[in-house]
Amino acid sequence: MATQLKRTELIFREDIDYSALMRKIMKMGKEKFIEELIDSGLRGRGGAGFPTGLKWKIVKEYPDPIKYIICNADEGEPGTFKDREILDKASEKVIWGMALASYITGAKEGFIYIRAEYKYLKTKLRIAIDRMEHNIKSLGINFKLDLIFGAGAYVCGEETALIESMEGFRGEPTNKPPYPVNEGYLGRPTVVNNVETFVNAMIIADIGAEEYKKLGTKASQGSKLFSVSGDCCKEGVFELEMGMTVQQFVDEFGDGDTKAVQVGGASGFCVPRKEFKNTIIGFEGVPTGGSMKVFNSSRSMYNILENYLIFFEEESCGQCTPCRVGTQQLLHGIRAVKRKEKPKTYLDELLRLAYTMKYASKCGLGRSVGNAFTSIIENFREEIVY
Amino acid sequence: MSNMINITINDIPLAVPENTSIFHAAKMINVHIPTLCHHEDLCVAGNCRVCVVEVEKDPNLVASCATPVREGMKVLTNTSKIRQARKHILELLLTEHNINCIKCSKSNACELQNLALEYRTDDEIFLNLRKPSRPDISSYAIQKDDSKCIRCTRCVRTCAQLQGVNALTMAYKGNLAKMSTFKEKPMAEVVCTNCGQCINRCPTGALTERTYIEEVWNAIYDPTKHVVVQTAPAVRVALGERFGLKAGNRVTGKMVASLKAMGFDSVLDTDFTADLTIMEEGTELLSRLKKVLVDGNTSAALPMFTSCSPGWIKFIEHIYPEMLPNLSSCKSPQQMFGVLAKTYYAEKRGFDPKDIVSVSVMPCTAKKYEANRSEMRDSGFQDVDYVLTTRELAIMIQQSGINVLTLKNEPFDNIMGASTGAGVIFGATGGVMEAAIRTAYELVTGREVPFERLNITPVRGFEGIKEASLLIEKVKPEFEFLEGVELKVAIAHGLAHARKLMEAIKNEKTFYHFVEVMACPGGCLGGGGQPIPTNPDIRAARMNAIYKEDEKMPLRKSHENPEIQQLYADFLGEPNGHLSHKLLHTYYTERERY
Repeated sequence: MATQLKRTELIFREDIDYSALMRKIMKMGKEKFIEELIDSGLRGRGGAGFPTGLKWKIVKEYPDPIKYIICNADEGEPGTFKDREILDKASEKVIWGMALASYITGAKEGFIYIRAEYKYLKTKLRIAIDRMEHNIKSLGINFKLDLIFGAGAYVCGEETALIESMEGFRGEPTNKPPYPVNEGYLGRPTVVNNVETFVNAMIIADIGAEEYKKLGTKASQGSKLFSVSGDCCKEGVFELEMGMTVQQFVDEFGDGDTKAVQVGGASGFCVPRKEFKNTIIGFEGVPTGGSMKVFNSSRSMYNILENYLIFFEEESCGQCTPCRVGTQQLLHGIRAVKRKEKPKTYLDELLRLAYTMKYASKCGLGRSVGNAFTSIIENFREEIVY
Repeated sequence: MSNMINITINDIPLAVPENTSIFHAAKMINVHIPTLCHHEDLCVAGNCRVCVVEVEKDPNLVASCATPVREGMKVLTNTSKIRQARKHILELLLTEHNINCIKCSKSNACELQNLALEYRTDDEIFLNLRKPSRPDISSYAIQKDDSKCIRCTRCVRTCAQLQGVNALTMAYKGNLAKMSTFKEKPMAEVVCTNCGQCINRCPTGALTERTYIEEVWNAIYDPTKHVVVQTAPAVRVALGERFGLKAGNRVTGKMVASLKAMGFDSVLDTDFTADLTIMEEGTELLSRLKKVLVDGNTSAALPMFTSCSPGWIKFIEHIYPEMLPNLSSCKSPQQMFGVLAKTYYAEKRGFDPKDIVSVSVMPCTAKKYEANRSEMRDSGFQDVDYVLTTRELAIMIQQSGINVLTLKNEPFDNIMGASTGAGVIFGATGGVMEAAIRTAYELVTGREVPFERLNITPVRGFEGIKEASLLIEKVKPEFEFLEGVELKVAIAHGLAHARKLMEAIKNEKTFYHFVEVMACPGGCLGGGGQPIPTNPDIRAARMNAIYKEDEKMPLRKSHENPEIQQLYADFLGEPNGHLSHKLLHTYYTERERY
């Protein structure tokens, strides 16, 4: 008997008068809205989960006349396709969300950094941008928005690499600090948020923090879009409340033979069947940027892991040692074990290496390679060896 | 006064200025943190990750070079987690690295090797990822071996940040990431100025100079050849570092003694032709000034740029070809020496120039390229046959079994061995300018320069771009046109500074009469052929030594060099005369950027 998941219908709702909403916020005041945003508990929807209200607050309070708003639409995580859906169906909401951020923080310019494969959305977005710029001018706010297309590197979804790429440099993550909120695009304070985060900010502006907090759990408030793929009975983009268990999710979407669910894409965690019941999808359990991949028992976990590692070996930016060489060693290591060139205890050596990568890598990419690796090796060791 | 931040490192409390990195804070209390990508001359990269440390409450390790201190920060530099991470990182680097250390010229001086030994990475835990590749030996000066590269990007940062040349860059990503050139062209075909600064900072043997040690030994052993060697001013203040001396010790006499012991037939001094350069360049400057100020002839380009630094020459040929007329047509001291060795010296000493092998010992890798330029054959032969760096000379001394520090000081041979203090200071940034002013001012006014003990301090020091001016008064009758002129000069060292200066001159933001540019930071004393390591302290010590050497010289003005006077009397005639133009001056070629 499948449990009924709580569906929400907030993100794609399009019956909002954005100008009126903007006026409402202007009346409310910047401080008040930031309080509201912090109170709502909204955390970045890209996966890392930094509190959005805090981010906006830091940029707002940073004493610099020039600030920027960047929408991270470089959706590259394997198994994630929700931003595309948002940009397609709720483009105005994203753009007005950015306008809202610009009003709050005082930024005059913004960019949507969008992956090159989404070029077909260009006209639609341009029209929406023009309309927004026109309407917001009549409210007395000056905000210019532009589109920038990525060149295909996965690592450019990392905010500092994204900014480097926008500035025309090699798309490589930089050291933190300085954080983009202090020194971002062209050295100015910058808000970098995921597509879905801007939409959620608009939802909060619309319904208020009180209403918003009714959804989700304490650590993970609100609803979230999930890109469901793999061996499932229905695939696609679904808006669900945060805080469900993997079991609940599988009951709804699985094909009855689910062996594991990869939560959060290649850089996320693999949850095996025995953990379904006590793993919560959200920041208190396994966080996700939206990617949910369902595997049934016909799948070889070795192939899945190998596939991820091939991906990382190529998509590492190559600057820091643990990530550049570590990904290669993990990939060639499991191949060597499979081919019996290395003993199965070699996997323990690789696990130790994965932990080093997690501690010592420069950016989130290198740190998260270990997630998929350790969660698959620890739960499906026999599939890797034999 | 910046704010002080209180932290503890390994439970030792200390207060350090704001924005200090953990790495530097640890250094202050003598806690050593290893690193491979950090270098004092360069911006922070934070990509080797060897310098990771533990910070309380941070679940991850942080790169100490890239993390500024925070109030109340508790840092640990030696824990099991850190040790495991460092060891892993070294293991990983070694699985990519060509570990044929015995055959590597950087062995014993390799930072990766030292750390690998320190952390006892004895067993090869991980898989071999080495890719076969052949070193790029296309350049006369710089050899690039990708199989030894650890992607620390020190070379890339050097090329971009210190030199503004950007010949080296990172290419590709992930497992294919490598240090490369524009379109992966060979080193000989890119904008590389051969300055060798990348070599000075490469932690491994990935970038080294092209070596000519064997060729030089063969020449020495050949009884039919007369081998002359010239030594540049900056060599003598740095060579000692390779024999355990502290930076800043002068070993001029011992260097001469060991060169003689090694079997060079005549040990001579580039300082001699440095003095000659001043005569030629000073005269050229005065004639350009006359053309502009008296004849109103705009074809004579001002400011005039010095032409002693071959890295600078190649840079301007690539980047500012429209300013080539501003370059002095004088050859560099090395090339002046080379051409005179096979003409004047051969004639005086009675040798057939074809039997003379001319070797030079330089603090420079770009000189290797310069010696091989096709226009540098005015003697009828290649003027300078082989160029050795300071490092190569040290290796040759070791190979010949000489204990250099026990030798007695010996003087240079003659002819072409006498020099003045003005020649010596060519080795430091601002030195050519100072030497030129000492001579030109006296030539024009008949008086010594109005500075205490001839030390023209405004042109000295490590500031990137230095400016100075000197009022010329009470001139000799033949230099009437210079009466009351304020001579304006500028000095740049490091090509990134040179680029800034060039932009200012190009956009007519400033005006100078005479500009000195040295390609390397600090001038020749920080050259690409000097002992490794290099850092601001070492360069300051070498500069100090150069000015000390100058002070102790009995003669300190180029035009007072008796051998120079004799050279003009017996052979050349007069500065910028017909023979001078034939032998000592050259021309430049416009080069493409890509």
